[in-house]
Amino acid sequence: MSVPRYWREEKPRYRLMGEECAKCGAKYYPKTPVCACGSTEFKPYKLAEMGKLKSWTVIRNAPVGYERFTPYVVALIELDDGVQILSQVVDVEPEAVKVGMKVEYAFRKVTEDGQAGLLQYGYKFRPVVD
Amino acid sequence: MRKVAVAGIGFTKVGEPWERNVKELFAEAALGALKDAAHTEVEHLYVANMMGAHLQGQIGMGAMMAEAIGRPGLPAVRIEAGQASGGVAFHEGVKAVASGMSDWVLVGGVEKMSDLLPEAVATALVGAEDQEYTAYTGVTKTGLSAILHRLYSHEYGASPEEIGWFAARSHDNAVGVTHAQYPFKLSIERVMTSPMEADPIRMMECAAVADGAAAVLLGPADKVANGIEVAASTVATDHLSLAARKNPLTLIAVKKAADKAYEIAKTKPKDIDVLEVTDDTTIDGVLSLEDLGFAEKGKGAKMVAQGHTTRTGEIPTNNFGGLKARGNPIGATGLYQIAETVMQLRGEAGANQVPDAKIGMAQSMAGVGSTCSVAILRRV
Ligand SMILES: [Zn+2]
Repeated sequence: MSVPRYWREEKPRYRLMGEECAKCGAKYYPKTPVCACGSTEFKPYKLAEMGKLKSWTVIRNAPVGYERFTPYVVALIELDDGVQILSQVVDVEPEAVKVGMKVEYAFRKVTEDGQAGLLQYGYKFRPVVD
Repeated sequence: MRKVAVAGIGFTKVGEPWERNVKELFAEAALGALKDAAHTEVEHLYVANMMGAHLQGQIGMGAMMAEAIGRPGLPAVRIEAGQASGGVAFHEGVKAVASGMSDWVLVGGVEKMSDLLPEAVATALVGAEDQEYTAYTGVTKTGLSAILHRLYSHEYGASPEEIGWFAARSHDNAVGVTHAQYPFKLSIERVMTSPMEADPIRMMECAAVADGAAAVLLGPADKVANGIEVAASTVATDHLSLAARKNPLTLIAVKKAADKAYEIAKTKPKDIDVLEVTDDTTIDGVLSLEDLGFAEKGKGAKMVAQGHTTRTGEIPTNNFGGLKARGNPIGATGLYQIAETVMQLRGEAGANQVPDAKIGMAQSMAGVGSTCSVAILRRV
């Protein structure tokens, strides 16, 4: 993983920054060069930090760089502003995860790029504790 | 546009032949297709392959395979469309002949997955997803299917066992198939007691690591005696990420490719006699059946569990074992599906023959539906 490749996704991943179409208001995460309406004008848009689980899985056989986290939960989350996001869900046993569960943004280490490589940080989600 | 026909087919046995490299596998399938067609002229070569760059560090497979089949100098290119590479390469070949630009086009696919350990293969497979926002979460291709599986059960009340039947049905059809990776039965009990791979998907619901190659020779229909006509060939795409799809349980790319194919071939789902769909996992197969128009949304799993996709059912599906049991050497898979459909339409499927099959469909799909190709073939 090159440093610029990591760095250019830093803001979206650290702060859940997406974009909103200046013409039709459609929200994108991650950002996209052209909106479905044809517009290429966008404004920065900060995603909601709370949402609920639509569905999830438990990864038991991981890709390279994620092996030592198994088993871990990856979910499709619908944020309170309607934007959907894929994310790991942490601070919960896989057995305790439920559809509809409320979750919130958390800043975490995501992966290590080899022994001497880059530590990657970014979003994961965790259950909301009332 | 000219009518196009499949003049010949060839393929290797799917497996893990550690002693054979990608060139040898490809050449066996390609030369097999030429021999089957009793034809030697080739004007253009398409090579379908998804993961060579990851698995062997190899790209440039167009020139490599032209040389491997003894024809250095041939115009040749590698086609990559994720796990749909085989079907998309077929589509490109059909276009080349239909347009009149070439008469004889060889389309071959190859993948050699057994060279690397499972985590490296998982990384290569998730290569077809957005690296920065999907692969980044640590999800696998199977994990994405699992998210759909759970959503499907939740929405439509299908039981995991009903969905699991897809694997058992595919295995039933692989019994005695000489080119299949796993030519044996797999009971629903064994499917449902196998370890979790990506909950709620179990290991025996997933296609495994496989090596293989398959090829077809295409030509103008009026120059191919006893050919199988390509009645339609289509490709469509969808949002790459599941998260960008409003209703992830409808595979828009599958629907679009299928609807257009039916329109071009002037057929309907009820006209299709034999079907090959992408059952990389059980739920992929179920959703494909629905979005190709063979089952109402939410009813596909029940349909499979009740036996309507068996050889004697309403729509005989994955008649040589599908991805699960014939095997899924990714870049070659879409071409195995075409070759198997041709075998059925020629009446050369032996014990697997669906009586009097006239029209067949093959669907090749990348990831959880980001790209889909559909071909409708017809005996004329
Ligand atoms: Zn817009």
